[in-house]
Amino acid sequence: MSQDFLDLDALLSDEEKLLRQTVRQFTEERILPEVAEWWEQGTFPHEIARDMGKLGLLGMHLEGYGCAGTSATAYGLACLELEAGDSGTRSFVSVQGSLAMFPIWKFGSEEQKQDWLPRMAAGEVIGCFGLTEPDSGSDPSSMRTTARRDGSDWILDGTKMWITNGNVADLAIIWARTEGGIRGFIVPTDSPGFTANEIHHKASLRASITSELVLEGVRVPDEFALPGVSSMRGPLSCLSEARFGILFGVMGAARACYEASLTYAKEREQFGAPIASFQLTQQKLVDMMVIVNRGTLLAMHLGRMKDDGRLSPEQVSFGKLDNVRNALEVARSARSVLGANGITLEYPVIRHMTNLETVYTYEGTNEIHTLILGQAITGIPAFKPPST
Amino acid sequence: MRIVVCAKQIPDPATPYKLEADTHWLVRPAEQVLDDTDRYGVEMGLQLAQNSDGGVTIVSMGPAGSMQGLRQALAMGAEKAVIIDDPTLRGSDALATARVLAAAIAREGFDLVIAGTESTDGYSGVVPQMVAEILDVPALTYATEVKAAEGKITIHRQTSTGYEVVEGSLPALVTVTAGVVEPRYPTFKGIMEAKKKPVDNLALADLSVEATTDQKVTSISDAPARSGGAKIEDDGAAHEKIIELLAQKKVI
Repeated sequence: MSQDFLDLDALLSDEEKLLRQTVRQFTEERILPEVAEWWEQGTFPHEIARDMGKLGLLGMHLEGYGCAGTSATAYGLACLELEAGDSGTRSFVSVQGSLAMFPIWKFGSEEQKQDWLPRMAAGEVIGCFGLTEPDSGSDPSSMRTTARRDGSDWILDGTKMWITNGNVADLAIIWARTEGGIRGFIVPTDSPGFTANEIHHKASLRASITSELVLEGVRVPDEFALPGVSSMRGPLSCLSEARFGILFGVMGAARACYEASLTYAKEREQFGAPIASFQLTQQKLVDMMVIVNRGTLLAMHLGRMKDDGRLSPEQVSFGKLDNVRNALEVARSARSVLGANGITLEYPVIRHMTNLETVYTYEGTNEIHTLILGQAITGIPAFKPPST
Repeated sequence: MRIVVCAKQIPDPATPYKLEADTHWLVRPAEQVLDDTDRYGVEMGLQLAQNSDGGVTIVSMGPAGSMQGLRQALAMGAEKAVIIDDPTLRGSDALATARVLAAAIAREGFDLVIAGTESTDGYSGVVPQMVAEILDVPALTYATEVKAAEGKITIHRQTSTGYEVVEGSLPALVTVTAGVVEPRYPTFKGIMEAKKKPVDNLALADLSVEATTDQKVTSISDAPARSGGAKIEDDGAAHEKIIELLAQKKVI
């Protein structure tokens, strides 16, 4: 394949290749024929979750409880193929597996795992993840959502914002401030006092549902609190899981843009020759190809480290920071190769390009990942203004 | 019911195919994929096996390579694969291929053999019928629907105007068209279990069969380039001209 210039396939097991091929086929047959229409309509048919569940995509790298138990690298490759379709499709799988299932799997009681994970793996129950708030984004520890005891129950109050899958979810993992630290709660979305409001007028990630969650005196029993964690380590470890999928995923979006522009450049003729024969265009194509191969190599390296259990959150930040910004660069460059055609949804490029603006910001902004790495190499945290 | 599905590993159709200069044989990379038409045969086999005792065995001839194509069939749910990989079989013609496949199928034992109508890389379209003849069982071809139970098989045989209902007795061979069933995706669990499933890798000597190739491709030439076609300028009545053209070609 033209895009596998470095023969990175040689780094994968036969099993991983077959799994990737399966997700690629699923994306080509089930996502790509319709995704431009979903994007234009601003919808995502969440019924497809059951088909994803059948395949084993949901919580695929978790062990037990109906999950497939694949390698982390395989999970990354699946994200890559899904995002070659659309960042919204990959986001759906990231949220379900890494943000909703993972905290139950990692911090939940045995009863909670048995109760929820098999149905979530099958796509029968959809989850979402409530951490970000209207006034609490990059600084999640400033959250205002609270959970207070009332007898043996908990009462939750607060507002969560930019919640993927919020309006289609059956349960929300809500992170809230308690007297004993930050705790996570499994909140059924049909609980009295729970409201989800869909966010409209997005110009990015349109084939994905984004919501505001409002909790007004929502009562859950103590059995719905996650027992395993009571600090920011809880939500941050979930984010690290999801970011891992993203650093693979965006290279799928970049690959799709590169391939679309390469095909276009060889067919489109100006001044009596295909535009691929112009040096300026060749430079763009080569830069894109180099980024896609280099970013995929980085992702696979980080994947192997995760499989070995030695991948640090800072190394995940390295991948998220660099691969997302480079994918965005590829998408913009590909858009310019397509000229005026590049602004229509007839081609996948502008859809990926505007989607990646969201990916650039969510799951830790580009700026925050820069500061995480800044702290890692200098030892000096620079998250707050020096005066405070 | 013991079901054998004939399947073929072929070079990825998304990549350009190359032929060897002297022999005109297809160049086969180590990594080959399952012929898409065989996904239908495998699915048909799995569905029929599900309704009866017994499972699906895949039989294939050709370079094993990385086995990715056959692993896909195993990941879909087949129980076992048999591959006949022998350097002396390179460049086999349809009859030699059919003799080898028939010998391997007979060695496994079967009630029903399922094959696609033709391979995507070779397109001879005659191997399944030859296999049926060698095995001395009826060949029911171009099936768009298959039912098999209690020693009997009934298919809908696709014709240019509709379909015929054809009945035969088991054991038999059936060729299925694309669309006979909706092939499942291999599940991730299936993919991981496929590695542990048995694969018999046979050489020609393991089968007591003669398989000499008499057919030879003497020369090849490129398909003629498409000529310019007709251009219809839209002066407001272009649609009528297009309809007329389509009617002439008997498309509508």
